[in-house]
Amino acid sequence: MSKVKVARKSTRIDMTAMSDVTVLLLTFFMLTSTFVKKEPVQVTTPGSVSEIKIPETNILSILIDPKGKVFMSMDKQADMVNTLDSVGSHYGVTFTEQEKKKFRIAQTFGIPIKSMKAYLALKGEEQDKVLGNYGIPTDSLDNQFKVWIQKAKAVNPAFRIAIKADQKTPYKVIKDVMSSLQDLRENRYNLITSLKNQSANKK
Amino acid sequence: MAEIQSNEGGGKKKKGGSKQKKISVHVDFTPMVDMNMLLITFFMLCTSLSKPQTMEINMPSNDKKITEADRDAVKASQAITIVITGGDSVFYYTGQPNYKDYNSLKLSSYKADGLRAFLIKRNFDAVNKINDLKQQKIQLKISQEQFTKQVSEIKGGKETPVVIIKAADRATYKNLIDALDEMQICNIGKYVIDKINPGENFLVKNYQTRGGLAQTTSPK
Repeated sequence: MSKVKVARKSTRIDMTAMSDVTVLLLTFFMLTSTFVKKEPVQVTTPGSVSEIKIPETNILSILIDPKGKVFMSMDKQADMVNTLDSVGSHYGVTFTEQEKKKFRIAQTFGIPIKSMKAYLALKGEEQDKVLGNYGIPTDSLDNQFKVWIQKAKAVNPAFRIAIKADQKTPYKVIKDVMSSLQDLRENRYNLITSLKNQSANKK
Repeated sequence: MAEIQSNEGGGKKKKGGSKQKKISVHVDFTPMVDMNMLLITFFMLCTSLSKPQTMEINMPSNDKKITEADRDAVKASQAITIVITGGDSVFYYTGQPNYKDYNSLKLSSYKADGLRAFLIKRNFDAVNKINDLKQQKIQLKISQEQFTKQVSEIKGGKETPVVIIKAADRATYKNLIDALDEMQICNIGKYVIDKINPGENFLVKNYQTRGGLAQTTSPK
C-alpha cells in the first residue's frame, strides 16, 4: 500500500502588512482631517475662486440658513459658557451650573434668550430637533445677535468672525447681519465659500 | 514578520535526547486589521479633509461723518457702481448716476464676457502687471513675499478703478459672492459693499421701462 502524501498547506495569510497599511492610513486621517461640526441647518456655501484658508482657532462662526435664521458657534467651550453668562446677565437671566454644562456641549446655538432656559431643559436629541426652528433674532427692535457678538468679543478679543451663509439666502438678512457687525465696528470678517474650479481665471 | 521561531532545540537534537519543541510565536493580526478598518471608516465619515475657503473683506465703518464725505470723493471718473438685483443679471454704471438717460445703466451678467470683460478692460494695466508677476513667480524669479507685496501695490495704485457694490434686498448671497469673486478675478483692490439707495432703484426701474420713468418722475 502506497500512501500518497498530500502536502498540507497552511491557509494563513500574514496580516502584518495589511495592518501596517491600515495604521498608516489611520494616522493620515487623524492628522489631516478635522471633525465636522453638527449644524442644525443644511447650508450650501457658494463657490468662489478665493484660495485663502480659514484660520484654525478663535473662530466665531455665524451660520445663516436659506430662510434667514441665524446661528452661532465657537471653537472653545470655555468661551461659550462665559459668553452665555454675560449675555444672560445683559437680559437678566441667570443660568444654573447644570444648564451651563448642557450649553457647553452644544456645538451650535441659536436660541432667543427667553426660550434658552426651556431649551436647555430638553434632552440632547430633542434639542437637535427643535434647534432648526429657532434662530437668534437680528431685527432692529430686538437685536440679540448684536449682543451675542458684542459679549463674545468681550470674552475673547482674538475672535475672528466668519460668516457662513447659504447661497440662496436673501441679501436682506446678510445686510442685517453685516450692519449689526458694522455697528459694533467689526469691519473685518471672513465669508466662507467653497472652492470653485475656474479655468477662465487666467483671463 | 510576526513569527518568532526559536531554533534553539534544533542543534541539540542529535546529541542529547531532550526533545525541545519548536515554538513558533505567530500573532494573528486579523482582529487588529478589523479594528483599524473600523476606525478608518469612522474617520472618513465623521471628518472633513478640506478646510473651507474664505474671503476676507473689510467693510467701511458705520461712522456717518466719514462715509458721506468718502462717498462723494469716490464718485470720480474711476468709480464703477455695480447694482445687484438678483437673478443672473447685474447692472453697472460708471461715475455719477445719470437719471435722465436710461442707457447710462448697463445690463450685464456674471459670465466671462459680461461684467468681467468690462472690469478687465477698465483695469487693464493692473491685470497685465499682475499676470506678468504671476509668470515671474512661476519661473521662480521672485519670492512669494515679493509677489504679494507688489500685487498689493499694484492693486492700491491710483489709476485702478474703485468699485461700489450695491445689492438689492431680493438678491441672494450667491450673487454677492459672485460679484466679490469678479473683484478677485479682475484684480480690483478697492471695492466696497454699500447699501442701495433710492437713486439706484430708480435707475434700474428706469432701465426696465426704457426711460419711461424718467419722463414722469425724478428720483429726488
